[in-house]
Amino acid sequence: MSSSSVQPIVQLYEVPGNDFTRAGEASSKVKGILKKLGYDPDAIRRVSIAMYEGEINMVIHANGGIARVEIFPDRVEILLSDQGPGIADVEKAMEEGYSTAPDEVRALGFGAGMGLPNMKKCCDEFRIDTAIGKGTDVYMIIRVRGSKS
Amino acid sequence: MQYFHSVRLDEEKCLGCTNCIKRCPTQAIRVRDGKARIISNRCIDCGECIRVCPHHAKRAVTDPLSMMDDFRYKIALPAPTLYGQFNHLLDVDYVLTGLIDLGFDSVFEVSRAAELVSDYTRQLMRENKLKTPVISSACPAVVRLVKVRYPDLCGQVLPHLSPMQVAARLAKEEAIRQTGLAKEEIGCFFITPCPAKVTDIVSPIGISQSWVDGAFSIADIYKPLLEKMEQVKTPRPLSKSGIIGVSWANSGGESAALIREQYLAADGIENVITVLDQLEDERLTELDFIELNACPGGCVGGVLTVENPYVAKARIQRLRKYMPVSLNHVNGSVSPEILEWDGELEYTGGMQLSSDLVEAMRMMQEIDALEKMLPALDCGSCGAPSCRALAEDIVTGSGARLNDCIFILRKEASSLGVSLSDHPADRGRIHPTEEQNDDGKNAQ
Ligand SMILES: Nc1ncnc2c1ncn2[C@@H]1O[C@H](COP(=O)(O)OP(=O)(O)O)[C@@H](O)[C@H]1O
Ligand code: SF4
Ligand SMILES: [Mg+2]
Repeated sequence: MSSSSVQPIVQLYEVPGNDFTRAGEASSKVKGILKKLGYDPDAIRRVSIAMYEGEINMVIHANGGIARVEIFPDRVEILLSDQGPGIADVEKAMEEGYSTAPDEVRALGFGAGMGLPNMKKCCDEFRIDTAIGKGTDVYMIIRVRGSKS
Repeated sequence: MQYFHSVRLDEEKCLGCTNCIKRCPTQAIRVRDGKARIISNRCIDCGECIRVCPHHAKRAVTDPLSMMDDFRYKIALPAPTLYGQFNHLLDVDYVLTGLIDLGFDSVFEVSRAAELVSDYTRQLMRENKLKTPVISSACPAVVRLVKVRYPDLCGQVLPHLSPMQVAARLAKEEAIRQTGLAKEEIGCFFITPCPAKVTDIVSPIGISQSWVDGAFSIADIYKPLLEKMEQVKTPRPLSKSGIIGVSWANSGGESAALIREQYLAADGIENVITVLDQLEDERLTELDFIELNACPGGCVGGVLTVENPYVAKARIQRLRKYMPVSLNHVNGSVSPEILEWDGELEYTGGMQLSSDLVEAMRMMQEIDALEKMLPALDCGSCGAPSCRALAEDIVTGSGARLNDCIFILRKEASSLGVSLSDHPADRGRIHPTEEQNDDGKNAQ
């Protein structure tokens, strides 16, 4: 059976910006789907972490957004798109420990400044498109290790 | 592969309601032809369905007390939970003496073995020899859950035998030395709070052959034991364990025994799943030990106990008061190797749609499409726990059909010009049998 003969599984999620307690739901749904598919455990782990961090970022820094996930036999592509404030200095934001998170979310253990660097570590391809005042798109690809691109 | 399960269905008592299908943490139950059926490779023997069934149609298979007669020398292995079942008990020796008077030749408290497991775990953690956070392997329902659902966490499960198996091994070897009898002539009987432990006797985790020969439920032994205990004038000094071992009956006991701060103890199967999900996402990395018990409150909440878990917990707390901290340590007399599993925990899966990824993706797309046709009410009348689960059952070919959904069936019927009565007597027709699969005819 050739893997190109199957359509990708596409999932769209709205990540609400006003309800912090629901952050992380979309990534946990994706994880559930990947497990049902019997997807490679290492890829599941990387998808879960990268998407979770990105989802949290949309909630705490950008007042929510949407997540589009495409599952292929050899890779998972994730687009996180928001209409938040944008990131002024992407290089700085990528530094470990850099954070502008407000105190109230720090009290919950977020805002360690490790989200973006961890997302990048989990991904095989990682790109940020951002514009001040317009929003941010984070585009990530996680490949199943051992499968060709 | 064949799976043994201690949790079984009593067909006569089952009314085919939806209580158990909705509460099963692994979605392992379906109602087919009006009776609940357990999907074997998903069941973890947690006993949740036994807890929720209002008709007592789910039960745990344990051994009859008469099984003792099959052995020349009989050893009782009481779970510490047993001590929490008796009112006004101030001394564990009453329970242990009562067991002897009931016909056992000796007793070996499982709490003794628990102290050994704790001691060895403390030692290995001090030496940083375990992958952290370490997940406790004491509750077999939790270990089986990890086996079917959490491939990444298998390597973090404490690779030690449960105190029950350790107790049985030590007791049996001691009895062989003292009596000269052959291994087969000596019977070790665990007095169990739960069906999961029974399953761990028939198909043990971490070793090929169980050291335990049978299991008596706490509920079954309670009355005859209490009668013997009431006649005990002077209890024999039999207890050889302390606070650490006895505390394993309660959630948090195993963790406290490690004398470390960075631990988490969760109980109740829903909480256990939440914690495992977070562990899998590496969100609890600051912790070094995770104690998980499928039952609320820990083993005191096991479905085969007689006392309310919180009452039992309070009693155990009182009992501990005059106990030494711990009386059992791994050293010269007990070699630590006997506590170890033969190998790492193996992931068996059981939740995936197919072993072939592309095939699984196709199935998932079909399931998505079918789900859209269903009313999204998750009412359970079709026999599956949710609309999504019905769609999945149809696609995986487990005998379910779209018109198992009463809403679809109604639509089909009305398009044929027949009306379906709402009368409860018609309920049976929600599950048409193979012979009567002409739905229009059924509906008349
Ligand atoms: N979607 C986003 N919109 C706006 N700013 C963001 C977004 N994601 C990240 N940032 C900025 O990048 C910084 C670093 O992000 P991250 O590494 O995830 O750390 P943290 O979320 O803990 O602050 C954030 O503090 C924030 O200033
Ligand atoms: S918590 Fe204890 S009683 Fe409950 S299933 Fe696990 S081992 Fe059995
Ligand atoms: Mg972040």
